[in-house]
Amino acid sequence: MTKSEGQERRLREVWRPPPGWRYWSAVNNTQIGAWYTVTAFVFFLFAGVLALIMRAQLAVPENDFVSADTYNQLFTLHGSAMMFLFAVPIFEAFAIMILPSMLGARELPLPRLSTYGFWCFFIGGVFVCGSIFFDAAPTGGWFMYPPLAIQQTGIGNDIWLLGLSFIEIASIAAAVELIIAVLRTRAPGMRINLIPLYAWYILVVAGMILFAFPPLIAGDLLFELARAFDWPFFDPARGGDPLLWQHLFWIFGHPEVYIIFLPAIALIAMIVPTAAQRPVVGYSWIVLAAIGTGFISFGLWVHHMFTTGLPNISLGFFSAASEAVAIPTGVQIFCFLATAYAGRFVRSVPMLFAAGALAIFVLGGLTGVMVAIAPFDFQAHDTYFVVAHLHYVLIGGMLFPVVAGVHYYFPLATGRLLSERLGRWSFWLMFIGFNVAFLPMHFTGLAGMPRRVYTYAAGLGFDTLNLVSTVGAFLLAIGIAVIVYDALFAKRNARSPDNPWRAGTLEWIGRLPLLPWGLRSIPEVHGRYPLWEQEHLVRDVRAGRGFLPDANEGRRETLLTSTIDAAAEVCLRVPGPSFLPMIAAAFTGGAFIFATYKWWFAAGVCSLLAVATIIYWLWTGTSDQPEKPEKDVGRGVTLPLYAKGASSVGWWSLLITMIGDMTAYFSLVFGYFFFWTIHDDFPPPESALQDSRWMMIALAALLAAWLLTLLARYANARDRAALFHGALLAGALLASAGTVSLVLAPVAAGLDPKAHVYPAIVWVLAGWTALHAVLGVAMQLYAIARRARQRLSARHDIDIHVVALYWHFVAITAFVTVAVIAGFPRVMT
Amino acid sequence: MTARNETLHGRDHLLFLCAGPATWFAHFMLCYVTAAVWCAKSATAGAPLGGARVAIAIYTVIALFITAVIAWRAWRQHRFGHASLPHDDDTPEDRHRFLGFATLLLSGLSFVAIVYVALAAVFIGDCA
Repeated sequence: MTKSEGQERRLREVWRPPPGWRYWSAVNNTQIGAWYTVTAFVFFLFAGVLALIMRAQLAVPENDFVSADTYNQLFTLHGSAMMFLFAVPIFEAFAIMILPSMLGARELPLPRLSTYGFWCFFIGGVFVCGSIFFDAAPTGGWFMYPPLAIQQTGIGNDIWLLGLSFIEIASIAAAVELIIAVLRTRAPGMRINLIPLYAWYILVVAGMILFAFPPLIAGDLLFELARAFDWPFFDPARGGDPLLWQHLFWIFGHPEVYIIFLPAIALIAMIVPTAAQRPVVGYSWIVLAAIGTGFISFGLWVHHMFTTGLPNISLGFFSAASEAVAIPTGVQIFCFLATAYAGRFVRSVPMLFAAGALAIFVLGGLTGVMVAIAPFDFQAHDTYFVVAHLHYVLIGGMLFPVVAGVHYYFPLATGRLLSERLGRWSFWLMFIGFNVAFLPMHFTGLAGMPRRVYTYAAGLGFDTLNLVSTVGAFLLAIGIAVIVYDALFAKRNARSPDNPWRAGTLEWIGRLPLLPWGLRSIPEVHGRYPLWEQEHLVRDVRAGRGFLPDANEGRRETLLTSTIDAAAEVCLRVPGPSFLPMIAAAFTGGAFIFATYKWWFAAGVCSLLAVATIIYWLWTGTSDQPEKPEKDVGRGVTLPLYAKGASSVGWWSLLITMIGDMTAYFSLVFGYFFFWTIHDDFPPPESALQDSRWMMIALAALLAAWLLTLLARYANARDRAALFHGALLAGALLASAGTVSLVLAPVAAGLDPKAHVYPAIVWVLAGWTALHAVLGVAMQLYAIARRARQRLSARHDIDIHVVALYWHFVAITAFVTVAVIAGFPRVMT
Repeated sequence: MTARNETLHGRDHLLFLCAGPATWFAHFMLCYVTAAVWCAKSATAGAPLGGARVAIAIYTVIALFITAVIAWRAWRQHRFGHASLPHDDDTPEDRHRFLGFATLLLSGLSFVAIVYVALAAVFIGDCA
């Protein structure tokens, strides 16, 4: 056996998926990515079947194929499942699978986190979709507008609120993971001007998730408090306002459209240069498009609310931004077209789907510019015109690129090519079927047919158009069935050669299918298309002449590099298989699912078990102390095995998570000020918090606890154990006292959250802050225990840095809460 | 090798890329919040925007100025040395130029988008 074969054998052994039933404890990105992709596609097919049932119902006027209530369940679940269980997760699935090898990494930096996210997604998705088989699915539409969605009885809408909140955990987990992956795990030399465009898009989208999903989580919290406990956030009789939900929902909902669109267009950004066999034209312009769209998409949400009676000036701002977003969106499309024209255009099925995607998306974009004009929207609002518009955008901007991506990356995942012939069949069936189904809907809408009606009277001019749409929908479905057939029976197809499309990016460097280790060894990268530009690269990498060619300590390893220039910094050891993420997800799921049925005791027990599992997981699986300080990673480079404090993956992941957490918190603060704007007297004089002493005590105690945590970090750096333990213990006591007085403030003032929206929002802000302080105490005690067990020291200091970082955010939260509740009313009087 | 590269011409920061769009977003939110609060707190339903329009004009001048400064800095960064586009060399200089060029493009987009948003206040003068 040669040296290289020995290395390869050890690598295979270390990265091998666990055998037998333990296979399900896998955490490696190739397995999780595959499970994620398959699960998301199953939900897609499920939601597609719901759509076909709806189209069957609407085929002829006055049809009674399904009842009105079933129809409500169908359209609610169709929209919700397509958006939350397919469109967003499929991007996470693809990214988890292909991003590491595209960046020249062995694995994602936090494999167990993405595994936890996957199981949350799986459990939550099955729960939400399963509800329709018990006639208990949500019926409020995919955007769940109050007051209707509050007044609807049954647990359907609770399933929507809690089930989907639970799934949002998966999205945020993926966002944390993917940001760190793009910024810190690129192959050495892959400077920021050289990273694949796909990675740019993923970075932007993951950042958008951090600011888009939390407002929905905050909204879900208020909504569930309204449904379960009758708190009046959306009840005008008690000072609430249903419009707050619309704001929070669409602050999420509009960026969401781009969260779906950008990663799909990112696939096109990989496919087009490969098909053209040349570098993409206008790399910087596409980066402009990704970042510009990402930002501007946050200034569009009110265009879903043009008919709610807001002042024209507000509509004007959002209309202007909605027109402006067309600029970056158009720029990237011109770049792709220019690349295709400039290169040798190689015909292939992925390119066919990419071209179809651009054609459909441009049409959807044009009707988007139309509905962005407020007066036009007044006419088209809530009609089939909007249904047509959004399907053109989503199917052109997401489904077609994803199918292109499936064809393109199928060999990477399975080692087999999908059939060229069936690919063409499916494309034309889908393309024609789609247009036959959705083009007439523009006219059905302009003729006045409202969306979400389960039937319509004959002779209104809708009959033929609807029948045509139904025929088209089934044609589209047959096209999708052809792809499913092809994918399931691809084993009969030819084995794919290595790099079948002759692409230039790193994910194609190895033998197919992609192995769990990602690459045989990690190369040094010198260009945007290393496989085209670097001679002998494939040979050198496969012969183990790159970094980390061996796994002689029997550990899974990848490289951490610097954010801008990708200089190798640390050899990162990533954890292997474990059932803990699955168990933690199951308990987390239990907490949400039991809460749907208001089984509070069971939900409470599940929450505690989830917390216990996560603590055990953290204790046994994180901030691992290596057996030696550094190791030779090959090519004459020696790197440390432990990333200290603020350079560690743990610190980064907490920072990113807390940015999301802060967004959710500021959405609640936005709620407070929203209520202030709609009331002449807010807080209402009779229930205002007169005595702010408890609030001030709470603030003082929590700020002191924060400073003591910083003192503990200082003490740890100098190995002064007594000072460390003393500071953290005092900090924990003060934080507990602060938490109690935070809750005592509204109690002492006699604020009843059911009486009026003011006490309700005060309770929410105080409760949110208190919950964060309690978590902060748990973290302080955890750090004390870690140090006592010698798992935390001046040299191995990640834990205390993470706790101190968390406490910065607690301090900000406490300060803002007290300033808003106790300070703002005083300033205004 | 890395210490010198990372500090070439001051350390390039990824966040500077976002300075233009962030200015747009701040301007957009300020305009929206100012007008919304003005209209919500004014006594009559179709009250004139008056002071809110002045405020929006001031925000716009400041935002356009900031964007222009960012664009100027980015232009100089993009023109550093002699190399021309596409800035895809494996050198700290090209990384530096690339970031400058992308920042320049983003500040251009932001400039246009700020003008778009401000135009709403040119044409609409009251809270109707």
